Amino acid sequence: LRKNVEDFTGPRERSDLGFVTFDITADILNGKNGLQTFRNKNTFIIFDWNVKQLFLYLSAEYSTKNNALNQVVLWDKIMLRGDNPRLSLKDMKSKYFFFDDGNGLKGNRNITLTLSWNVVPNAGILPLVTGSGHVSVPFPDTYETTKSY
Amino acid sequence: VRAAAAAAMLSLDFLDDVRRMNKRQLYYQVLNFGMIVSSALMIWKGLMVVTGSESPIVVVLSGSMEPAFHRGDLLFLTNRIEDPIRVGEIVVFRIEGREIPIVHRVLKIHEKQNGDIKFLTKGDNNAVDDRGLYKQGQHWLEKKDVVGRARGFVPYIGIVTILMNDYPKFKYAVLFLLGLFVLVHRE
Repeated sequence: LRKNVEDFTGPRERSDLGFVTFDITADILNGKNGLQTFRNKNTFIIFDWNVKQLFLYLSAEYSTKNNALNQVVLWDKIMLRGDNPRLSLKDMKSKYFFFDDGNGLKGNRNITLTLSWNVVPNAGILPLVTGSGHVSVPFPDTYETTKSY
Repeated sequence: VRAAAAAAMLSLDFLDDVRRMNKRQLYYQVLNFGMIVSSALMIWKGLMVVTGSESPIVVVLSGSMEPAFHRGDLLFLTNRIEDPIRVGEIVVFRIEGREIPIVHRVLKIHEKQNGDIKFLTKGDNNAVDDRGLYKQGQHWLEKKDVVGRARGFVPYIGIVTILMNDYPKFKYAVLFLLGLFVLVHRE
């Protein structure tokens, strides 16, 4: 559901820093992952009477030599009940610095970006749901020294 | 009988009532009281075992997770070792040397092959991550700092705990009234 635009890395204090720009288009209201209402058999409606908000986050998951599993949240958003459930964001920059624990981003071919969300009910269980569709992004082999971002 | 007990408490007759109870009834009431307290303790310990958390129910103390959680909301936690810590989860953790647990969301994790994990947290309502809150020189949290993961919640109910903490006189008044009621209650 999302596309990605290329990026470059730069080492800072001996750790790799990645820059990613991305587009997000997501239709969360009628997604296949969500809470079921009683009336519709095939479509699931997320914002039912017991959902106060969704906490959406875009996370990057990858492996490095140092660490078998790394997950970094690049961007997040709180979507309250009543907000437009169709997202169409273009050319977004990551909200948080994408630092690796070491130098594992350089030349890393397989960084998977996934959109997930935490359903916050008015009262009850707090499930974490992963959206369908994810994108793999490779990082280049060289560092960029230009700070244009 | 309950209505009678309430009316009796309001006037000073209840003192006569207590004197009228013979020694046996008094011991019975005390034992009853003891049973209630031990059952409550057993339920609490049972919850600790089932959830794997040393504190399976916590009250949210700050506004750093708004608008999801507000001060006074009650959170239900689990801390099972089989559940790995992943980004997006809401964790309750303690900083070494501090008593108060903090409820925030996991922002970054770095996990080694053998399962050792270090992670960073941030409150939804805070502008920056929690590194400033950690101990001097501490950059990451580890599994041992975690009290539990929030799995469910109920709003508002925890306000009573906060009131009891902030106004100790209120706490003593509540305990006193409860104790009195159980002792005098004749059912």
